[in-house]
Amino acid sequence: MMESCNCIEPQWPADELLMKYQYISDFFIALAYFSIPLELIYFVKKSAVFPYRWVLVQFGAFIVLCGATHLINLWTFSMHSRTVEVVMTSAKVLTAAVSCVTALMLVHIIPDLLSVKTRELFLKNKAAELDREMGLIRTQEETGRHVRMLTHEIRSTLDRHTILKTTLVELGRTLALEECALWMPTRTGLELQLSYTLHQQNPVGYTVPIHLPVINQVFSSNRAVKISPNSPVARIRPLAGKYMPGEVVAVRVPLLHLSNFQINDWPELSTKRYALMVLMLPSDSARQWHVHELELVEVVADQVAVALSHAAILEESMRARDLLMEQNVALDLARREAETAIRARNDFLAVMNHEMRTPMHAIIALSSLLQETELTPEQRLMVETIMKSSNLLATLINDVLDLSRLEDGSLQLDDETFNLHALFREVLNLIKPVASVKKLHLTLNLAPDLPEVAVGDEKRLMQIILNIVGNAVKFSKGGTISITSFVAKAEYLRDAKTPEFFPVPSDTHFYLRVQVKDSGSGISPQDLPKLFTKFAQNQARLAARSSSGSGLGLAICKRFVNLMDGYIWIESEGLGKGCTATFIVKLGIPEQLKESKFLVLPKVPGNHVHANLAGLKVLVMDDNSVSRAVTKGLLLHLGCDVTTVSSSSECLHAVSEEQKVVFMDICLPGMDGYEVAVQIRERFAKRHERPLIVALTGHVDKMTKENCMRVGMDGVILKPVSLDKMRTVLSDLLKHRVSFEAI
Amino acid sequence: MDVGQMQKRLLDYMNSLLKEGILDSQFAQLQQLQDESNPDFVAEVVNLFFTDSENLINDLSNALGQQNVDFKKVDSCVHQLKGSSASIGAQRLKNTCISFRKFCDEQNLQACLMCLQEMQQEYLLLRSKLDVLLQVEKQIVAAGGSIPIMEF
Repeated sequence: MMESCNCIEPQWPADELLMKYQYISDFFIALAYFSIPLELIYFVKKSAVFPYRWVLVQFGAFIVLCGATHLINLWTFSMHSRTVEVVMTSAKVLTAAVSCVTALMLVHIIPDLLSVKTRELFLKNKAAELDREMGLIRTQEETGRHVRMLTHEIRSTLDRHTILKTTLVELGRTLALEECALWMPTRTGLELQLSYTLHQQNPVGYTVPIHLPVINQVFSSNRAVKISPNSPVARIRPLAGKYMPGEVVAVRVPLLHLSNFQINDWPELSTKRYALMVLMLPSDSARQWHVHELELVEVVADQVAVALSHAAILEESMRARDLLMEQNVALDLARREAETAIRARNDFLAVMNHEMRTPMHAIIALSSLLQETELTPEQRLMVETIMKSSNLLATLINDVLDLSRLEDGSLQLDDETFNLHALFREVLNLIKPVASVKKLHLTLNLAPDLPEVAVGDEKRLMQIILNIVGNAVKFSKGGTISITSFVAKAEYLRDAKTPEFFPVPSDTHFYLRVQVKDSGSGISPQDLPKLFTKFAQNQARLAARSSSGSGLGLAICKRFVNLMDGYIWIESEGLGKGCTATFIVKLGIPEQLKESKFLVLPKVPGNHVHANLAGLKVLVMDDNSVSRAVTKGLLLHLGCDVTTVSSSSECLHAVSEEQKVVFMDICLPGMDGYEVAVQIRERFAKRHERPLIVALTGHVDKMTKENCMRVGMDGVILKPVSLDKMRTVLSDLLKHRVSFEAI
Repeated sequence: MDVGQMQKRLLDYMNSLLKEGILDSQFAQLQQLQDESNPDFVAEVVNLFFTDSENLINDLSNALGQQNVDFKKVDSCVHQLKGSSASIGAQRLKNTCISFRKFCDEQNLQACLMCLQEMQQEYLLLRSKLDVLLQVEKQIVAAGGSIPIMEF
């Protein structure tokens, strides 16, 4: 049967059942193969990320062709035409080609796909690691926050107790501790005492010796140290029958005191005191101390130390402030008491001043009156002694009162114009009698440029000079006392003895320098500084003195000199070598002082007459012709009507009611001017008829003055008399009917 | 020489006397007392003084020359002389008198004699000086000028 159909017979005989199964399988394969690419396309389209699209296309093609092959294979099970065979063949060829290409391609692609997977794994691991680290950081930050909060709590109070309590509480909370305790060193420093715990309210004085090895171990390091739960410091609560006590850590807390800090000097470790902080983890918790927890504990311990030192400083300053307040109160009280005392003293002085002087004056006045009456010699002696003693007492009272006023600063110096030369002369005259009794030679040396007139306190300056010269006389038994006085120039003023004294003369002031030198008993060098001290008597001079004194004289002098802006000092070479007292005081220059000494004045025209002196009838009694002539000329010049006599008898003869003034010389021996005066007084009983009697004498001392006063004279003038003086005296006489100021 | 020069010369002279201590301010006082009513006051007083002093010094010499010296008398003479010197302003002479008196008190004859000698010398010196002074003053007055007064 050779048919001319181009049919192709299958190779194998058609076994019906087997063929059927093959036929169904091929059909399903084709179906699967066609559906796979559809699925791929669908899901790839869905996913955004797929790098190998063209591979997909290739793979799709491969699968489709495989499917096509198997599909076409379905027709080959029965008689099929040549076309089908051709299609089948071409499909197979194509499939083969694409399959090979795909196979080749997969060699390249599969490693890539595998590596993608590896990277994915790696990234996952990394992510896990970062998560872990994040967890750690968070924990640390948490810890830091706790520390900050704790520190804030601790530092927000300056009360020690609160600081420590807060520390324990916060630590307990942060670290979830079972127990927390603080051991403080006792005062002796030999034991540690349980001071604060977290859970026990009042720890009873539980002490532990400080030199235990475990404690030394903790104290020697500034880290938190793990210690055994069985050590004495950790066994503070009764074991409640738990199995495993939690881990215990101890750390030292430095206690700083102010005394530990010197300026520029840091405290040494050996002098530090420490407290011990013990922290216990909860038992049976299997928790362990982590490093960050230990660090937290150390930081807290440091902060506590700082907070405690701040609290200590505050306590110190509070205490100091309280002390100051107390002292203030005490000082105030003392000041008020002192003021009261001063007031009381001033009142006392003021009263005493008056009260003491009144009886004194009464005594002196009455004694002097008594002296003038008829007395037996013994009585006279007694009265003289009374007078001497009361004078001394009066001087003493005055000195003391003066001195207290000087010290008070309440003494005011007078400021008047006075005659400086006259002052010195008067001093000389006052001292001369005493000096001549002791056979002392007095010399006065006034510098030519010493102003005649000065402005100042005449009375007190005289007091100063008299005191010094008096001392010189008192303590000398012979020899010379020389008084020199000159204007201190700037060169002299820079003395080695007065380094701190720099007086500056000016147009209105000059500095008077007076030096009194004696050759008496001298002063020993160790006594020199005490001279001006109140009431301190020089021993040697005490022995030498014959008259008593209060020891205040020099002290008063010094104060007066100081008040006059001056300086006073005494030099002596030693005992028996005499001494030199020098002082400088400031005096004013009166405005009317003329510069030139010698002036050509026009002759005084006519009589230079004082209004009420014209024609005044006066009588002059003097047996010395020259002085008589001079006195007459003086009075004539003043315009008086002058009669002169040269003896007492003539005087008594010539005196009449018409004479208003009688001038008589009393210093001539053999001529008892006093007697004349007495007789004149007797003759003219009525006061207004009697002429005024003025004594002229060459030297004036107290004795003379007293005698004149005693006989009832109205004035004393020192010869030689100047024109001005005479004029003044006469004016005074006529005005006041007395003139004893002329001395 | 004209008045001005003479006056100046007088002043210089007086200054020198002052400086030497022969005269003191008392003399100037005397000059002040001289005026129209009393034109020769100074000359009068000076002459009086000279007479007085000479007498006194003679008395002194006599008294001291005695066998038994009467110191009381001597003292009184010296006292007088002192008074006169003081009144006229003869400073040096006055000081001599003061020393003389002291020696009198001590009754020291030798010293007294020495003092007397000194006194005589001083007196002669003073006299000569005062003579010159008075001369110059007279000249000035004659020339129509006024005597300048010193201010001590």
